[in-house]
Amino acid sequence: MTNYIGKSVKRVEDKRFITGQGNYTDDIKIPNMVHAYIVRSPYAHAHVKNIDTAEALKVPGVVSILTGADIPEAIAGVPCGWQVDFKNGDTMKEPPHPLLVRGTVRHVGDGVAVVMAETKAIAKDAADLIDVDYDVLDAVADPKKAAEPGAPQVHPDCPGNLCFDWELGNPKEEVAAALASAHHVTELDFVNQRVVPNAMETRGVVAQYDTAYDKYTIWTSTQNPHLIRLLMCAFVLGIPEHKVRVVGPDVGGGFGSKIFHYAEEALLVWASKHIGRPIKWTCDRSEAFMTDAHGRDHNSNAKMGFDKDGKIVALQATTFANLGAYLSTFAPAVPTYLHGTLMQGLYTTPKVNVDVKAMFTHTNAVDAYRGAGRPEATYLLERLLDLAALEMDMDPAELRLKNFIPAFDGVEQPGYQTQVALQYDSGNYEPVLKRALEMVGYENFRKDQAAALSTNKILGIGFSTYIEACGIAPSAVVGALGARAGLFESAQVRVQPTGKVSVYTGSHSHGQGHETTFAQIVADKMGIALEDVEIIHGDSDSVAFGMGTYGSRSLAVGGSAIVKSIEKVLDKGAKVAAHLLEASVDDLDYAEGKWTVKGTDKSVSFGDVSLTAYVPHNYPEGLEPGLDFSSFYDPANFTYPFGAHIAIVEIDKETGATKLLRFIAVDDVGNVINPMIVDGQIHGGLAQGIGQAMHEGALYDDTGQLINGSYMDYCMPRADDFPSFEIDRTVTPCPHNPLGVKGAGEAGCIGSTPAVVNAVVDALWKAGYKVKDIPMPMTPERVWTAMQG
Amino acid sequence: MKNKISVNVNGKQYEGEVEGRELLVNFLREHLSLTGTHIGCDTSSCGACTIHLNGHAVKSCTVLAVQADGAEVTTVEGLATNGELHPIQEGFKEEHGLQCGFCTPGMMMTAVDLLKSNANPTEHEIRDALEGNFCRCTGYHNIVKSIQYAAKKMNGATA
Ligand code: FES
Ligand code: FES
Repeated sequence: MTNYIGKSVKRVEDKRFITGQGNYTDDIKIPNMVHAYIVRSPYAHAHVKNIDTAEALKVPGVVSILTGADIPEAIAGVPCGWQVDFKNGDTMKEPPHPLLVRGTVRHVGDGVAVVMAETKAIAKDAADLIDVDYDVLDAVADPKKAAEPGAPQVHPDCPGNLCFDWELGNPKEEVAAALASAHHVTELDFVNQRVVPNAMETRGVVAQYDTAYDKYTIWTSTQNPHLIRLLMCAFVLGIPEHKVRVVGPDVGGGFGSKIFHYAEEALLVWASKHIGRPIKWTCDRSEAFMTDAHGRDHNSNAKMGFDKDGKIVALQATTFANLGAYLSTFAPAVPTYLHGTLMQGLYTTPKVNVDVKAMFTHTNAVDAYRGAGRPEATYLLERLLDLAALEMDMDPAELRLKNFIPAFDGVEQPGYQTQVALQYDSGNYEPVLKRALEMVGYENFRKDQAAALSTNKILGIGFSTYIEACGIAPSAVVGALGARAGLFESAQVRVQPTGKVSVYTGSHSHGQGHETTFAQIVADKMGIALEDVEIIHGDSDSVAFGMGTYGSRSLAVGGSAIVKSIEKVLDKGAKVAAHLLEASVDDLDYAEGKWTVKGTDKSVSFGDVSLTAYVPHNYPEGLEPGLDFSSFYDPANFTYPFGAHIAIVEIDKETGATKLLRFIAVDDVGNVINPMIVDGQIHGGLAQGIGQAMHEGALYDDTGQLINGSYMDYCMPRADDFPSFEIDRTVTPCPHNPLGVKGAGEAGCIGSTPAVVNAVVDALWKAGYKVKDIPMPMTPERVWTAMQG
Repeated sequence: MKNKISVNVNGKQYEGEVEGRELLVNFLREHLSLTGTHIGCDTSSCGACTIHLNGHAVKSCTVLAVQADGAEVTTVEGLATNGELHPIQEGFKEEHGLQCGFCTPGMMMTAVDLLKSNANPTEHEIRDALEGNFCRCTGYHNIVKSIQYAAKKMNGATA
C-alpha cells in the first residue's frame, strides 16, 4: 500500500525514545574523555582584575584550566549571521564576542574560565576554588533605559548602546497624517517580556580531536549542524571545514535556542586538541537560564487608527528591541525582518510604518524563540484590535471580518503585496475565524458571560487572527535583507541496489518527526513501503549540506528538496525501465512502485530497475550506472500560514486567579502530510504561547541580575495549567512549493499569546474595569491589582 | 570516601562504589550506562529523571545512590518485558505523546505509578499527577491521551 500522505502514520522514531534508547549528547561517552565545567560571571558588568587558578589546579583529577588569556589571538569570537544596517546606511555595530571573556564581563553567565577534569563533580569542586577578582560596574538591563542619555555603556564603541536603527513601510508622515484624521485611534504601550526557551534537554557538547586523521568531531545539541560547522570553521577557529565533522544527535527540543552557534562549541573543539583528550560539557539548567539565547523582550508603543466604520486606516509601531550583551546568530533579523514585515497582519491597512531600535544591554543574548518576531508583531496587532473593539463598542470578530484581505489563491489571483515588503502567497482568512466562532459557540458564550457578571467568577473571551512568514526562505531575498548565508535546503535520495531508499536531508529533527513525515513523502511518491525508506539527518559527514530546522521550514523547504531528488530518480529509473521493457519512456506510466507500458500489462518493478542500475549488464547505452541524486531547493517565496485563535478565561474576582477554560485554534498550514504530527506541533506551540501570557518571564533587576534563573523561580507551564485544546484546520495550499505545504511549527505560539491576554482584558472590561492592559505574565497579583483601579 | 552499594536494577543485581554525595541518577547513567533516565534540571523540578524505587516513582536526582543500597529500581529500560512494550509505551506511541522524547521516560514512569494507585484516572487527575513532570514539546495534550490509552488497555487486560 502506498498511500501515506495525509495519514496519521505513527512515528518511526518513537521506538528508541520510549525504550530509553535515544542518544542525546550527554549520553555519549568516549574513552579517555574529560568533563568540562565553565566558571561564569555572577555580575552583569565588571572588569576582571585577576583570575587565580592555583588552588583549583591542585585538586586531584583536574586536567586543565583555561581562561580567555589562554586562547590564542588568532581565534576569533562568535560571529553574527545577519547584518542589519542603520537607517542612514552606517554598518551595524558588531562588538566582539570572545569564547571566554578578556577583561570585561557583560552579562550574568558570561564565561570566565573552563575547568576540565576526570569527572564533572571534580571540575565543579575545582571551579569553586578559582578566585576571580571583579571590579563591579553599573549595568543596564532594560532596552528603553539603555537608550537614555548617561546609561551604562555595554560596549565602548557602540554609543548609546544602539546596535542599529531600522524602519520599514510607508513614510512616517503619511502614517501620522492618516492617524490624525482617523475617527478613532487605539494606542497602547506594550512590554513583550523576555522568555527562556527551556528545551528540556539542556545544551551539551562533546568534542574530540583525532590525531591520526587530523580531524575533529563534535556532537552538539543543535538544530543546525552544517551552519555550526561553517561559522565555527570559517569565522572562529580557521580550521578547514573538511577537517570538522559536526553531529547533531538526538536533540531534546530546541524552539530556536539551538539554532545558533555558541561559544562552548568552538571552545571545546579548540580545547580538545589543546589538551589532547575528548571533552564533554553538559549545561546545567541554571546555566541554561543564563546562557541559552532568550526570546522576545520588546518594549513598544503602537497606534492603530480606524474610520467610523471600523476600517483600519493606519498603524504606527515603535519598538525598542533588547538584543542582550552580544549578538547571537540571528538576533538582528528577529525584531526587523521577522517582525516589522508582519505588521500588515491579515488586514488591508493602507498605511503602515514600523520603527525599531535594537539595543545592547547587560543581559544574556536574545534571539529567535518559537515564532521569532512574528509573535511580537501579532501580539501588538491583535491586542490593538481587541482593545479597539472594546473602545469603539464593536464586536471583535466583526471588526476583523471587516478588515480581512479578500481571499486569493496565488494562482488565479496574484499574491497580496503588503505595505511592509512581503508578498503573501495565498490566503483565505474568513473561514478560519468563522470556524473558530462556530466551535466556541460564540452567541451562547456571550450569554454565559453576561450571566457570570453577577457571580465572583467573571468570564472573558479573546481573539487573535494571525499570519506568519515561514519556510524561511529564498536565499536572494534573505541575502538582500542582511542574511550572511543562503536559506535553501539539500536532499540526497540514494536508492540501494535492492530498491530500498536512504534519504539524506539537511533539515534536522529535534522532535518534529522528520523520520516519519519525510518517509511518508518518499514512500508515496516512489510507490514503495514506508519501511523501505530511511531518513538520515544531522551529520555533516553524511549529509551534503543543510541549513537546519527553524522558521517552520523543514517540510516546505527540506521536503521540497526531497521531492526534487525523487523526480530525478524516477526520471532516470524510467530510462532503465524503458530499456528493460523495450518501450519508449513516453509510453510508460509509473504507479504503485512499477513502470507499466501504457495499455498493456507489461511492467517492471522499482526494485528490478534499481538492481539493474547497479548491475548494468543489460543497460541503456550511454547512461551512467547507479540511482542516486542530490538536489538543492531554494524556494520562490516565504510561505504564509494563518489562523484564528480564541481563548476563554475565568477570573476569580477575589484573588485575580485566572483559569484558562477553553482554547480554540483553527490554523491553516497549507497541505498536511501527517495530521497527527501537525496537531502535536500546534499543541506544543499553544502551550508555549499561553505560557508566555500566563506564567513565564525572565526577570533582570536593575543591576542586571537574573533573579529567576531556575525552575524554583521561573514558572514553567505544567499539565494542570491547560485544558485540552480544541483544534481544527482549513487548507489553503501554498502555490509555490511542490507539496503545497506552509509549515506548522510556530503557528500555535504566534497566535495564542494575545488571545489569552485579550480574554482577560475582555473579562475585566465587561465587568466594569476599563483596564487596557495587563502586563504578561498575567499573575493573579497583576490581575487583582488591575481590578483595584 | 567510596561506599559499596548493591542495587537491583531492572531485575539485575549490580554492585558499585559511589561517593557519598553521588546521586542515584548519576549512578544509573554513569556507572550502569542506563542513559534512558535523563537530567533536565538541578532543582528537583522537571521529573525527567523519574524512576521507580521499590515500586514507587521518585526523582532519581533527589535520591542519593547510597540510599538505593539494597533497593529495587526500575528505569525506562525495564518497562518492556521480553521485547513487548508496556501499555504506557504503546500509549505514548499510539497517541503521539512524545516529540523530542526527552521528558518521555520520566513521564512514563510517573504515569505507571499513577495507574497503579488509580486505574481509571480522570483527565483532571492525570494532569494533577503530572505536576512534577515538565514537557516543553507536546503541550501535555497528547500525554494525557497516552495515559488514558494505557489505562484503558491495562483495565481491559486485567478485566
Ligand atoms: S532532573 Fe530530576 S527533577 Fe529535574
Ligand atoms: S517530548 Fe520534548 S520535552 Fe516532552
